Amino acid sequence: MEEEMHTDAKIRAESGTGSSPRGSGCSLRHFACEQNLLSRPDGSASFLQGDTSVLAGVYGPAEVKVSKEIFNKATLEVILRPKIGLPGVAEKSRERLIRNTCEAVVLGTLHPRTSITVVLQVVSDAGSLLACCLNAACMALVDAGVPMRALFCGITCALDSDGTLVLDPTSKQEKEARAVLTFALDSVERKLLMSSTKGLYSDTELQQCLAAAQAASQHVFRFYRESLQRRYSKS
Amino acid sequence: MAEAASVAAESLAGSRARAARTVLGQVVLPGEELLLPEQEDAEGPGGAVERPLSLNAGACSRVRVVCGPGLRRCGDRLLVTKCGRLRHKEPGSGSGGGVYWVDSQQKRYVPVKGDHVIGIVTAKSGDIFKVDVGGSEPASLSYLSFEGATKRNRPNVQVGDLIYGQFVVANKDMEPEMVCIDSCGRANGMGVIGQDGLLFKVTLGLIRKLLAPDCEIIQEVGKLYPLEIVFGMNGRIWVKAKTIQQTLILANILEACEHMTSDQRKQIFSRLAES
Repeated sequence: MEEEMHTDAKIRAESGTGSSPRGSGCSLRHFACEQNLLSRPDGSASFLQGDTSVLAGVYGPAEVKVSKEIFNKATLEVILRPKIGLPGVAEKSRERLIRNTCEAVVLGTLHPRTSITVVLQVVSDAGSLLACCLNAACMALVDAGVPMRALFCGITCALDSDGTLVLDPTSKQEKEARAVLTFALDSVERKLLMSSTKGLYSDTELQQCLAAAQAASQHVFRFYRESLQRRYSKS
Repeated sequence: MAEAASVAAESLAGSRARAARTVLGQVVLPGEELLLPEQEDAEGPGGAVERPLSLNAGACSRVRVVCGPGLRRCGDRLLVTKCGRLRHKEPGSGSGGGVYWVDSQQKRYVPVKGDHVIGIVTAKSGDIFKVDVGGSEPASLSYLSFEGATKRNRPNVQVGDLIYGQFVVANKDMEPEMVCIDSCGRANGMGVIGQDGLLFKVTLGLIRKLLAPDCEIIQEVGKLYPLEIVFGMNGRIWVKAKTIQQTLILANILEACEHMTSDQRKQIFSRLAES
């Protein structure tokens, strides 16, 4: 018990120089989201987490090439473009993670032999990029009206060399961390949809990070709800 | 671990199913579950109400509710799949529990049987035309589905023409098929749309708003200039007025209607009526 409380107190501590102070109840950076900002895609969203910003566009359900069509569900494609340079292996790997998360949540069987394409453009990267991409993709899918069985969000945790847990780390914190873990959680029962981890950590630390991420996802889902309510209140 | 458990319990409490009646008119998110009216009584305090097993099939008092767009049946509850406002319509003739649906704002059209749409002819292959309706597949239109068309008397339809028709087959497994006659064999306004005019695209929600029975926008627009207008449920509108300038003004007004309040709209109409 004592160890748990100790770790919990450390989650809320200030971490290093150069990071903006975080609220006592929630240690995530400031969020912002804007929907329906692009005119060509069927759905679009821009998600901001601190200084990390990702723009997402969704096209679908649209025509699919015969070579890529699946007879009983929709073909989901994710394209991730970095801010500078050509997309490389890291982008391909992140695309696959995001695609697997979206496939678990989107009701593809309602639109067989169609394609749903999610295009993500990194506008600025200041840490927690994969989580920001997941959030932007979820908001864009909701904006496009693609049927989903739940919402999902991404949360990143960084473990320091002395076991301090920092949620939503900046790029400096990520570089200095011993381990960086990203989780995708769904909105119905906070179940784990996807996890991508890098570094050295123990079993108990993994469970602690997962529990902290599940607690933090409440704030993200509450933010989703508020921003969608604001959008529909204008009509 | 105790703290983690308590936090988890608190977050799960927020995702308990709510009664559909209490959520009407509010924004619902994908993943929420809604309880239908006659079930919330049984689910009351504690949820441990015992009901005697009924052997008499006629005594089952189930209300038949229609599950509209944005909702799916999940066990005996409704699962929300799209974000929007929850709406309900009472049944007209008393039987059944009415219709529940989610009013969402979308740009992409998915073909639905019975919808009247504007399509663009993209190909002519043998006896059928391929018509682009904005969905995932082009719809097929047979040359015999026009009023007065026979094998000898073919309709005059070219690639690039605009067609106003309705879907007779539109489901997720088959290619959509449309026709330009109703069940009696009469055109009833459907067929090839005439020369000139302007076709533009708007969101599906705006079309539904404009086609509602008591829409003031259409009445006000009709008072401005004489015009011809065709609404397609796939988000396409075709307008034609006497001059090109008037046509463009009408197109801009209809596109802007989505974001204007009724006061702003009345201002614009009065300014146009003066000039």
